[in-house]
Amino acid sequence: MSALRLVVRRLLASTPLLFLTSALTFVLVSLVPGDPARTIAGQHSTAEQYQLIRDRLGLDQPLPVQYWNWLTQAFHGDLGSSLFSGEAVTSILSNRLPVSLSLILASTVVSGLAGVALGLLSARRGGVLMRLVDGLATLGLAAPPFWLALLVIEVFAVTLRWFPVTGYVPLEENPGGWAGSLVLPVTSIALGAVAIIAKQTRDSVLDTMNKDFIRVMQANGFSPRSILYRHILRNAALPIVTVLGVLMVSLLGAVVFVETVFAMPGIASLTQQATIQHDIPVIQGAVLYITVFVIVVNLAVDLAYVRLDPRVRTS
Amino acid sequence: MTTTKTRPALARRLLRRPSAVIAVAWLVTLTAASLGAPLIAAHGPLDQDLTQVLALPSAAHPLGTDSLGRDLLSRLLYGGQPALLAVAEALAVHLVVGAGLGLVAGYLGGWVDHLTTRIGDLLFALPAIVIVLVVLSVFPGNLHAAMVTFGVLGSPSMIRVLRSRTLGIRQEMYVAAARVSGLSDAQILRRHVLPRLTSTVIVQAALFSGVAVIIQAGLGFLGLGAQPPAPSWGGLVADASQVIDRDPWMLVPAGVPLVLTVIALMALGDAIRDTAVENWSVSKLAASGPVAPPPVAEEMAEETAGTSRAPDPDALLSVRDLTVEIGGVPVVQGVSFDVMPGETLGVVGESGCGKSVTALGVLGLVPGGGRVVRGRVVFDGVDLVGSPEGLARVRGSGIAYVSQDPMVGLDPTFTVMAQLAEAVRRHLGTTREQARERVLELLAMVGVPDPPSVARRHPHQLSGGLAQRVLIALALAGRPRLLIADEPTTALDVSVQKEILTLLHTLQRRTGIAVLIVTHDWGVVATLCHRSLVMYAGQVVEQADVEPMFVRPLHPYTAGLLAANPHQAVSGHPLVTIPGAVPPPRDWPVGCRFAARCPHAADDCRAAPVALVQPEQARLTRCLHFEELVDEGVRR
Repeated sequence: MSALRLVVRRLLASTPLLFLTSALTFVLVSLVPGDPARTIAGQHSTAEQYQLIRDRLGLDQPLPVQYWNWLTQAFHGDLGSSLFSGEAVTSILSNRLPVSLSLILASTVVSGLAGVALGLLSARRGGVLMRLVDGLATLGLAAPPFWLALLVIEVFAVTLRWFPVTGYVPLEENPGGWAGSLVLPVTSIALGAVAIIAKQTRDSVLDTMNKDFIRVMQANGFSPRSILYRHILRNAALPIVTVLGVLMVSLLGAVVFVETVFAMPGIASLTQQATIQHDIPVIQGAVLYITVFVIVVNLAVDLAYVRLDPRVRTS
Repeated sequence: MTTTKTRPALARRLLRRPSAVIAVAWLVTLTAASLGAPLIAAHGPLDQDLTQVLALPSAAHPLGTDSLGRDLLSRLLYGGQPALLAVAEALAVHLVVGAGLGLVAGYLGGWVDHLTTRIGDLLFALPAIVIVLVVLSVFPGNLHAAMVTFGVLGSPSMIRVLRSRTLGIRQEMYVAAARVSGLSDAQILRRHVLPRLTSTVIVQAALFSGVAVIIQAGLGFLGLGAQPPAPSWGGLVADASQVIDRDPWMLVPAGVPLVLTVIALMALGDAIRDTAVENWSVSKLAASGPVAPPPVAEEMAEETAGTSRAPDPDALLSVRDLTVEIGGVPVVQGVSFDVMPGETLGVVGESGCGKSVTALGVLGLVPGGGRVVRGRVVFDGVDLVGSPEGLARVRGSGIAYVSQDPMVGLDPTFTVMAQLAEAVRRHLGTTREQARERVLELLAMVGVPDPPSVARRHPHQLSGGLAQRVLIALALAGRPRLLIADEPTTALDVSVQKEILTLLHTLQRRTGIAVLIVTHDWGVVATLCHRSLVMYAGQVVEQADVEPMFVRPLHPYTAGLLAANPHQAVSGHPLVTIPGAVPPPRDWPVGCRFAARCPHAADDCRAAPVALVQPEQARLTRCLHFEELVDEGVRR
């Protein structure tokens, strides 16, 4: 019940974000020097055809009215159509969404699991492993994702020939191929992300280990296994979940590059292409989708908090 | 006031760190080489040499060439110019927006702070790279617009850090004083606040610059920055990706300088932060210089002092010569005592005397990475020192533990029931159902009203007194024979303290459990204990039954503590205190450790370590002049 209330409250709180990004995009786009109607009409159109398109796009109306129109249409699930292919933006995005989502979710799961395992290990062992994790974290933060992706391609696709260089196989088409096509892109992303999670895990595990209640449990004979995996890990999970959420959002940046490098038809590479082509409706649609994604991730983090920390639940 | 003086010192100390020196050297070299590219580079960035395509490094081309035979070193250096400019632009915006807003929000507070924080949160939730792409779709190829946007989008981290730092500084005394003395806000900010924020700002700026380097290279890689054939760092990586199957070498000159630059910026940020922290802690701890190994008094003739070297076979717990070190420094030395079955022993002393460490040392759980280095802890005939198996068997079911602050003694993420049931099942091996019943019994036993409702709660829903009862119930779950209670009432309200003491007293009478209670409150000793042990600076200084100790203390420290007992204070008279403070372990003197604060101290006290002696049956004191105390007591 309280979780439901939180969801509602959170969604209400994120509405400004949706309006902000869409309005921001709208204002920015209105500054574009070119004329979308001209682009669509093409060079050999008559003045009437051109004016018809301008009317249809509502380009002669004041900006706030245009924004309002776009909003009302968006509420009805209509994001306009691409200036280039003429295809509905919603259908383009729906085709592209699974690619980016597969990439982001798989990268998060892989770097989350590997990072927590590595972080736990380095918290318990310390020493060399600890410094290795620190070094890897620095490297992971410092190495640009597009360069890491190229290194991964060079090693695993060009030299070892273990995986395909580029491309994406839809899950419903061939699950094995889907997984295979994700290995290298996910590896490129996870190489940087694992160490960040590992470092956070180690820090919060070490922090939790020094808490009074852990000493009370040790002193009163709780099993060491339960203390580590049940109590320390659960208490350490809060900051880890926060970092995972921030990571998922920031992975969007890495995904832009990785989709480009691996020629994956995802939303991020779509945004980049649309940027080059000035395909405004597509950009607006993509920004909307991405903002919704960010909101959903933040909501998921909040819900995880509720699940993990009773103090949030009751306050 | 001292800030202007410490700043050059900070820079100098910074350069004592090898990582900082290397980072600065790399960044300076890179900047100089990029700016001076026309002077340094042997080839123009666009000079093609089709006879030298995709060449490996050579004397003519130190980093090799690309697919058009262009020199990679010169493309790298020339590409550095737009890169540095782009980073500088983003950084400038970042500083103005981020540092400016952070400072203003932290200093002014109120609605300005509220609004800034809200905006910061919103910006933080935006995927920066996507917004930058949108901006680039509006201003095609305009890297300046992109980097300015990125500077704004990256500002929330700076805003957050500076806001909280400024908030902290503003609340300090001297800023308040400056206000009262009539300085304007601008003057206060410039003179008192800004200088203290410099290192924080630099650290954040360095980290941000690292990200900006990656972003500008990324935009170049996507073909959104400088257009080919103009050289750019990102463009180099893009070129390398085109020839990856033919010339993997090119990945190295294209990427490694980039990675090194980001690492250098991060390392510099870390080094500045560490230096600033060091600066702070050195001044705080007053330059103490290298720490000499603490004088370790050689314990002599312990046998003559009553507690025999051998553990007492009749005792439930028999501790001999317990010595605990934390970080190589002994904090508890040669402590010996016994706890008989059903007995309550109080361990008394000021903070920092080693009471808690002794208690935890018995359980093999010394905090702060410390460990038991010598001695024996025999419980029920088994020596626990160096025996993980013995400890594992005894903890909870032989010896249980109640901690000082009940509010942090329970796992905040589990219900009372879950934690108690885990303890019950662990020790009694019952079924889930039996464990739940036992938990309710335990809660009733420690006087918890409405056990089923309390069992469903989480620790943060309990009051201090209730939490302490739950902790005691947790300790009793394994039917232990000895309860170690580390200042179990210190963190509680006075009225609740009494209740908990009464509870412990009742439990002891009902179950016959022995108790080792650490306290600095004579009231607790008088209420609960049969015997008590006084500790000073890591040693036992006196041990006696409670009544004789109260009536006729045989150590000046005990006498001082008793005199300072607030329960005995007469209203209208100033509270008696012992002058001075407990010396920290590294400053322990060779002779009597209490001598510096002792009214009876003589030269012989300071000359050599003082041993425990047994002046009468069942009493021990570590004082050479205890007779004087006795005489004094008689006169009094």
